[in-house]
This record gives sequence, C-alpha cells and structure tokens, in this order.
Amino acid sequence: MTSTTVHPAVRRALLWLGVAAVVAYCLAPFYWMLVSSLRRTSDIFDNSLFPSRISFENYRAVLDPSQEFGRALLNSLVVAGITTVCALLLATFTAYAMARLEFRCKRFVLTLIIATSMFPVVSIVVPLLKMFVGFGWINTYQAMIVPSMSFTLPLAVWNLTAFFRQMPDELEHAAMIDGCTRGQAFRKVIIPLAAPGIFTTAIITFIAAWNEFLIALSMTNKPDIQTAPVAISKFAGATRFETPFGSQMAAGVLVTVPLVVVVLLFQRRIVAGLTAGAAK
Amino acid sequence: MLTTHNPPDSLDRPEAKSRADAARRAFSGRPRKATSGEGGLAALLVSPTLLVLAIVVLYPTIVALKDSFYGTPGLDPKTGFVRDHDPFVGLDNYTGIFGAAGDRFWNAFWNTTFLTVTTVALETVLGVAMALIMHRALRGRAVVRASILVPWAIPTAVTGLLWRWIFNSDGVANTLIGRQILWTTEGFHAKAAVIIADVWKTAPFIGLLVLAGLQVISKEVYEAARMDGAGVLRQFWSITLPLVKPALLVAVLFRTLDALRMFDLPYILIGAQKTSVETLSMLAQDQAANVRFGPAAAYAVILFVYVFLIALAFVRLLGTDLVPRRRTEVPA
Repeated sequence: MTSTTVHPAVRRALLWLGVAAVVAYCLAPFYWMLVSSLRRTSDIFDNSLFPSRISFENYRAVLDPSQEFGRALLNSLVVAGITTVCALLLATFTAYAMARLEFRCKRFVLTLIIATSMFPVVSIVVPLLKMFVGFGWINTYQAMIVPSMSFTLPLAVWNLTAFFRQMPDELEHAAMIDGCTRGQAFRKVIIPLAAPGIFTTAIITFIAAWNEFLIALSMTNKPDIQTAPVAISKFAGATRFETPFGSQMAAGVLVTVPLVVVVLLFQRRIVAGLTAGAAK
Repeated sequence: MLTTHNPPDSLDRPEAKSRADAARRAFSGRPRKATSGEGGLAALLVSPTLLVLAIVVLYPTIVALKDSFYGTPGLDPKTGFVRDHDPFVGLDNYTGIFGAAGDRFWNAFWNTTFLTVTTVALETVLGVAMALIMHRALRGRAVVRASILVPWAIPTAVTGLLWRWIFNSDGVANTLIGRQILWTTEGFHAKAAVIIADVWKTAPFIGLLVLAGLQVISKEVYEAARMDGAGVLRQFWSITLPLVKPALLVAVLFRTLDALRMFDLPYILIGAQKTSVETLSMLAQDQAANVRFGPAAAYAVILFVYVFLIALAFVRLLGTDLVPRRRTEVPA
C-alpha cells in the first residue's frame, strides 16, 4: 500500500520528467557553449537552438599560432601532470599508513591533512608571490606546481585512504604469511590491487590541478607560460569593443572536452572516488 | 580460505598465531593494537607529506602573518629617502583595513558572506532534490550520472566565460526572459549572475554526495515506516534527512569553505575590482598583484581566520566529522 493516491503511471511520468530536468539542467549550458562555438561570427547572436550553418572558423581562430593557445594547453598539461605525479607519489605512502597502520595521533594527522585542502588558496598565494619574486621564479612552471601541491596533496591522500580502507586486510596478511616483508606485500599485493583506486585518484587530482586559476594567474604575466584557464580568461578581440565570444566558446570547448571525455569513460569510478569519503 | 591450505601438523607457532589474529580481526572488524614497529614505519610514510604541506602551507601562512605587519617600500614619509626594504608598520595594515580602506574591505566581506550563504543554501536544496530524483530513477542512471559530472569537470574559468556569454546583453538569458538586463554591469544582477553560475556548477556535486548517502539507507527502514502509515513527507523528514545528515554536513562544510574563497567565477564572469561582486580573495589578490604585499597579507590573514572560525563552528556546533571513525565498507 502506498501512502499517496497518485497513479503509478503518473508517478513514473513525473519521475521521468524529473530525470530529464536534471539532465537538461546539467547539460544545457554546456550545449550552448558547443553550439555557439560552431556558429559563424556573423550569426553569433542568433540564439537559435542549432547553428544555421556549422562553421569551424572559431576553432581556426583559436588554434591560430598567433594566439599561442596550443602553447597554453601544453603548459596546462605540464603543470597539472607534474603536480598530479608528485601528489600521487607522496599520497600513496601516506594513505597506506593512514588506512593500514595503527599509530598515535592518526586521526589528528589525517584531519590536519584534510583541513589543509580547505585553506583559502589566496592566503598562501600572497606570501608565495612575494617569495617567488625574490627567487626569480615568476613565469616558471615550479611557481605554479609547488603551490598547487597545497590542495592536490590533501585531496589525493583523502581519496586514496578511502580506497585502501576498502581492501580486505587478509590479502596483505596472506602475503606476509607467505614470507613477504611488509614492503614486498605493499609493492606486490597492495599496489596492483589498488591500481584502479590510484588511477581514479589521479584523474580527480589531475582535474583539480587542470582547473586551477588563481595560482596560475598570480604567478605568471607572460602569454607563453600561461595555463589554458588563464589564457582563455584573457582572450580579447582585436578591439576593446568587440569580445570574440565565438573564439572564447571554442577555446572553452577545447579546454573542457578532454576532461568530459575522461569523465564519461570513467564515470563509475570517478563517482566512487568522489563519494568514497562522504558515504561512510 | 585462510586455514584450508596447510595440513595441521605444518603449523608452527607464530604463523598460526598471526593467522588466528588475522581471522579474528577480519571477524570483529576492530583495528589491531598499535605496535612500536608500525609507529616507526608510519612516521616514515607520513612525514614526506607533512613536510611538503609544512613548506607550501604552514610556512607561507607564517610569512603572511609577518608580512601583514610590514608596509610597502617607497618614499619614507619621515626622512624623504627611498627605502628598498619593507618598513615595519605594526598594526597599520589592519587599522587601515578597518579605517581608511574600511569601505572596500567591508564590502568584500559582506559580498563573500552573502555569496557563500546564498549559493550554499540553494546548492543544498537543489542537490538534495537531484539526489532524490536520481535515487528513484531506475533506468538511465548512467546517463544521469555522466551528465551530472559535466558541470563538475568544466574548469571554473570556462564556467565564468560560458555564463558571461549566456548573460551577455544580447545573449540567450535575456532572450529567454524577454528582458534587457545588463547582467555583467555593477548592481544586484551581477551578484545574481554569479550565484546562478555557481549553483549550476556545484549543485550536481552535492547531489552526487547526497546520493551516495541515500544509497546506504536500507529499503527495510522505509518499508517499516510505510507499514506504520508514514507519508512521503514524513518519511523524508524522519528517515531520509537524519540518515543522510552526516554525508550532507560534510558536503555543506566543504562547499561553504570553498565558497568563502570564491575567486575565479566573479573575476571572469563580472571582472576584477567590481564593487558588486568583489570577494575577500579577489581583494587580497588585487593588492598582491599591485605589489602592496603588506595589505594583501593582512587581507589574506583575515580571510584565513574567517574560514578557520567557520570550520570550527561547523565541527563544534554541528559535530561534522571529517574523518570516518571506524573502518566501514563503501557500497559499490
């Protein structure tokens, strides 16, 4: 007996409507970016649901060597890639200790590490900017990678700890009973089995690093070292009065599409990774 | 599985003991006792992370605190000579913030607070609604899950650009509502634009976290409630909300602290140095970019203290628990 008097068919229809609304809510702005990027400059203000004529002129404009946008994408790849590798390397060991070993102040240390990720980034950017000016690090990759560790490392530790916790204790003990040292058990049993978790954490960390804006904006002032998010924020037209919306949308699509493809391919795992800490 | 392979006579003492330990642990789910060997190994494994965080977070914070007591180099008003080092100014940066530069600071402070409260409140309501819909949906889950990840994956910088285009005076937002609002100019509509864009980007994320919380609630609880005659609303208030509360509180805490440091979205969507949407992060960054490190550091310290107090309030008043207390399985 259901407590409501709504007919099942009506309820099913409402549910479908709700699902459609959620999907439309999430995808409509993204679709608009895609459609706008495919319009010709002359009909950019059309506001029709489909472009009257599909054109790739915006993409040609963005990828024109004079815009240095390819360079910006490469910079983003270098910064986010190195940040991810460094964060994962340190976080794997730490997360293993957090999930598998018993030691004093464990909860305190883990809380401390996670708390750092909620730190206002600007609070470290301001002093680091001054220090890096002194080091001559402005417009270098390390000036973006080092501060990025402040939020990627806690994120990676948090995610990996949740993954290591899910693995049954017995695996490792069985390996150690068979004569492995703890180090060998870690290398030969835990790491291969945790590979999906490490991979997922790598994706989440990479996306966080790829999307970083404040650090990259503050630490650079030359176009050839800027990351893609900073480069597109500075995309200006030939004149001050004409904003190249079409090119901006095309650039936005180019920055986003790799992430969206990765997200679509590994959606199940990413959702598991993102919610691992929350669903206790 | 643990005891099948070896015949009983081959069991030597320590092996059998550790095996029994492992079996007992697997059974009871209790953490093992701390041993001195594990403590040393743990210190070795954890210290690199702590060292890096000390260098990139703790040390800069201390430097910021120190910098906030220093002024900017330039002409010394007392001697008329050019100084090449930062003069010590004591609390001048702070008194300046609450005095001469007070208007800009308080504006940024209230903007930050207002944007945080409104976005987090809207995101929570919308996120919970989305989670309830997704939880009920039996088919098409993969499509919903994939589409809900899209706003999360789009860089905030691109989100800002995208919504600036949507909110253009000749853009689609004005076409849809049939009005001519200059969204990206100063005024309340600029705040509204930032709120709409931020809610779009992060409500699905909250929905995802709440959905994970919903999925661990067993169906029997609902069935029992229905037997007792509880209606849909009653079930939501008395079962769903209390049971997803831990997951929801963590999500809200994360979102709140993230919103308090909001920077990218107003910076790109509306622009730098716009009174309507300037947040504390934007103010501090603006000062630092103009080589006024002393005041910038003072703003950074104030924001840090603000964020810290809010986090403390969450943990103390609401009992938000960042770290799960016991080892529990996460549903696949």
